[in-house]
Amino acid sequence: MSDAMHAAIAGAQPSQRAEKNPDAPLFEGVYKERFDSILTRYPNKRAALLPVLHMAQEIRGWISPETMTRVAELLELTPAYVRSVASFYTMFALRPVGRYLIQVCVGIGCDLCGAEEVTERFLELTKTRIGETSDDGKYTVVEVECLGACAFPTVVQVNDQVYENVKAEEVESLLKELD
Amino acid sequence: MIKRAKTTQTITLTIDGREVTVPAGTTIWDAAKELGIEIPGLCHDPRLRPVGVCRMCVVDVGERVLAAACVREVADGMTVQTNSEKLERCRRTLTELLLSDYATESLREQKTGDDALLALARDYGIERSAIELPAGDGRPQDLSSPVIDVDHAACILCDRCIRACDEVQHNNVIGRTGKGYGSRVSFDFNVPMGDSTCVACGECAAVCPTGALTDKRLIVPIQPRNELDSVQSVCPYCGVGCAITYHVDRDANAVVFAEGRESPASDSRLCVKGRYGFDYAKHPQRLTVPLIRRDDSYPKGPLSSAVKGERRKKPGGLVDYDEVMPAFREATWEEALDLAANRLKEIKEKDGPSALAGFGSAKCSNEEAYLFQKLVRAVFGTNNVDHCTRLCHASSVAALLETIGSGAVTNVFADVHNADVAVVTGSNTTENHPVAATFIKDAAADGTTLIVIDSRETGIARHAHHFLHIKAGSDVALYNAMMHVLIEEDLVDHDYMRDFTEGFDGLRELVKKYTPEMAQEICGIPADRIREVARVFGRAGSALVFWGMGISQHTTGTDNARCLISLVLLTGNVGRPGTGLHPLRGQNNVQGASDAGLIPMVYPDYQKVASPESQKKFEEAWGVSLDPNPGLTVVEIINGALVGSIKGMYMMGENPFLSDPNGNKVRKALANLEFLCVQDIFLTETAEFADVILPATSFFEKYGTYTNSDRRVQVGQKAIEPPGQARFDWELVCEIATRMGYSMSYKSAEEIFAEFTSLAPSYSGLDYENLKPAGKLWPCPDPATSDGVQLLFGDGFPTESGRGKFVPVDYQPAAELPDDEYPFILNTGRILEHWHTGTMTRRSKALDAIEPEAACQMNPDDLTELGVDPDGYVKLSTRRGTITLRARGTPGVARGNVFVPFHFREASANILTNDVLDPFGKIPEFKFCAVKVEKAGSAA
Repeated sequence: MSDAMHAAIAGAQPSQRAEKNPDAPLFEGVYKERFDSILTRYPNKRAALLPVLHMAQEIRGWISPETMTRVAELLELTPAYVRSVASFYTMFALRPVGRYLIQVCVGIGCDLCGAEEVTERFLELTKTRIGETSDDGKYTVVEVECLGACAFPTVVQVNDQVYENVKAEEVESLLKELD
Repeated sequence: MIKRAKTTQTITLTIDGREVTVPAGTTIWDAAKELGIEIPGLCHDPRLRPVGVCRMCVVDVGERVLAAACVREVADGMTVQTNSEKLERCRRTLTELLLSDYATESLREQKTGDDALLALARDYGIERSAIELPAGDGRPQDLSSPVIDVDHAACILCDRCIRACDEVQHNNVIGRTGKGYGSRVSFDFNVPMGDSTCVACGECAAVCPTGALTDKRLIVPIQPRNELDSVQSVCPYCGVGCAITYHVDRDANAVVFAEGRESPASDSRLCVKGRYGFDYAKHPQRLTVPLIRRDDSYPKGPLSSAVKGERRKKPGGLVDYDEVMPAFREATWEEALDLAANRLKEIKEKDGPSALAGFGSAKCSNEEAYLFQKLVRAVFGTNNVDHCTRLCHASSVAALLETIGSGAVTNVFADVHNADVAVVTGSNTTENHPVAATFIKDAAADGTTLIVIDSRETGIARHAHHFLHIKAGSDVALYNAMMHVLIEEDLVDHDYMRDFTEGFDGLRELVKKYTPEMAQEICGIPADRIREVARVFGRAGSALVFWGMGISQHTTGTDNARCLISLVLLTGNVGRPGTGLHPLRGQNNVQGASDAGLIPMVYPDYQKVASPESQKKFEEAWGVSLDPNPGLTVVEIINGALVGSIKGMYMMGENPFLSDPNGNKVRKALANLEFLCVQDIFLTETAEFADVILPATSFFEKYGTYTNSDRRVQVGQKAIEPPGQARFDWELVCEIATRMGYSMSYKSAEEIFAEFTSLAPSYSGLDYENLKPAGKLWPCPDPATSDGVQLLFGDGFPTESGRGKFVPVDYQPAAELPDDEYPFILNTGRILEHWHTGTMTRRSKALDAIEPEAACQMNPDDLTELGVDPDGYVKLSTRRGTITLRARGTPGVARGNVFVPFHFREASANILTNDVLDPFGKIPEFKFCAVKVEKAGSAA
């Protein structure tokens, strides 16, 4: 890793999505406790939708129609409403994604400092198009709006790990580092 | 649960300088309407919950920002301005913004010409070409639904369709997707509308203000309302009796489109059949000339290969006219009517009146039903007159007459809103009474505890707070156990029982042994669940019980209904708001046809044939002597035809070949008749056995009254001219009667109605004038001022003692139980898009497009075990016959069960069904017999 490009928390590794089981039971055991505790924070079940969707994505890796149906049942909402909300926010994946979800910031700061080339390079090396998953199931590259670290363009977030000051020529080493 | 109380507080405010006083909680929009002030708006519809998203209705309330009138509640002393230069500027800008990204061509403007956004643009004089605002990348059209065109480019995201789908129809199909320029409405998880769970009720298209959701053209191009004639009528399909305005193109002589209209029965709502199923009347296969069977087509028998039971190359469709028509020749009305009358008269003279019989229909009007039974009784001289009600609620009516002395519902279905608890049992309400179901779903979402009890997990079960998935045919055990709990835990209404019931001791004794633990073994519901649900029911301040064919179409149908009646009597749930007994009626005029006397044991208004007093009354009215013996019922008449005791029949609008149990037996019976006259609008399977076929008018071509499930008598108005030489059913009945020597003549349907009401005390006072526009409930002692009596029997029952009677019954298993050879349980019924024997719905373009083929429903695990592919075929066999059809994996069907719709002649469910009868109601056991299921290659 070059001096310039660094993970926001030194030494941190992004958690792998491979461990996610798309058919994992939702909201059982420890997740049931978390689910119940989320509900206590809000005046009604509808208000708990966003944190519950986040937890569902954490468990299953993406928000499938089955997940949305189950969440709708639990929160007494219509499935179509759950999807309306899930489709509004880019942080919810409505399609299965690779083990590494590479989110390139295309906010105004990063855009001016070469985010487009960074994205191009990721796509070239992972042999994918925006939003698609590579054949080996490892990578999905997406463009996202501002990640809130405009002083360190270009910002890239891989799963839950943020990388700052990423240059196009550093993308290859970043990908290697993931393996 | 406690229902929200209505507020009595009022508020006074000033709108455009005029003072108005309205109840607290009223919106500015509604308060302005009181003053006759119209505020423009796009997202607001008075039938929907206001959301205030379009901002077109902004008004000035003297605050820093403008307020959306549709959502802002009035406040005391508020001063509202609905019109000013500032407001005009805001509304104009909003209109420009919406138009900047709007479809170039609006489908609504092209069809009904009432695009609300384009109307606003015209009002503000906005030229679209002059708008200098960026447009989005364009949004696509979705034409995948057979009935609705979706044009996302014309969607302004007002959410009306979402609210209509969620809150009016409770189908929950529509949502939004994406954000910014990319946002649009979406169906389920953003699939094309045609692939979604949409049930095509059309409510979304009805409320859409723009070109985003519009009805597809059915038979003629859709045109603006003001270029068409509007006819206020009702729906020809189910017993809900939705009020409809038909928009008619006089030049094309066709209904162009249908709209729900205001009525207590339907609140402007419709389902797919009512909204899109009207075009069958214009089908080219309509019968237009009288037909007489050719001499060389005797001896009689079925004509088409399908009805003969031969194998066909490919499945499908309707009666094959090419195969059947050559057996008939066209005749003049004189010849056909003379022949029919003479043959019937010959049989009467030769074999006596009881060799004749007539089937009327619950799809015909009260007038036609009244006249038909008069023909059979006064002219044929027998009481052998019955109709398809025998096959749906005969057992319910038998139980109701026995226990409470009246077969009518004690309350209307919309009153479910006032019920603490509603029970829906043996009723697939969302498919069979879709609009009644919307009222039940409404109530369930607003504080009514809904208990659904069924052997299938149907659409209404998804809205239930308690769903009991019982084993087929185990109803009596469950209800006895519920009563056991109510009595044991003293959740009964002692005062009510003391004042209004009798026979409680017998019931208490009998249900003693029905502990929940014992019932659990029979019905499969855990004992503590039975207790829980019994307590919910017993503790309810008001409870309303709905039931359907799942209760009635059993050999224990009468017993099942007796139990439900006992439950209600035990808890005093009769005669008050939110209480009652409501057997949901199937056809549009089941209630009316029974009221009019199309029943072998009773004259009009349930006056007993066996009562000398009634006999005398009708003998005097009709001027002939009448047979004092009750006649035969539907299945008994068919049995009579089989053995030769019934020789001549007249059928008005019935198709027993498909509708009656044990089709192979019906085939033989029909072929065995010496003479059969069929009066219908299409060539039915039954007509293949006819000697004479009389072309009749469809619902849309005649006047008549129809009585819905609530006892609401409504006027059906003539919308179009009949095809060819087709004539009114009542005229044909008069012709036959007169030719048989009994003069019958009326000027109009209205005149017949007057004669009927003069003999039927329950209908007394009703006439066509006071029935318009939304009908009246019978009884209606004061039609000038009242809608009729909604709640019956608050102060006792029309029984001899004035009390409701408990009739305790023991559980009995169904007549034919599964065994090693026939291990599955067969259940039959209807599906949303089709109607009975399919003669109408399968000739409706939209309905046929949605459900073109027969498919049975089975548990997916059973299909896997049998090795049947998804959408593969199965062969179903019972001791009576075999059919082959597609199988659909349906998780709501329990393992070991098969559900077959009975609309499809090529896979006729009634080839399989058991014609064993309930001993009291004489209803066949359509809902239970043993069946064998095998994997099949194809339908051939």
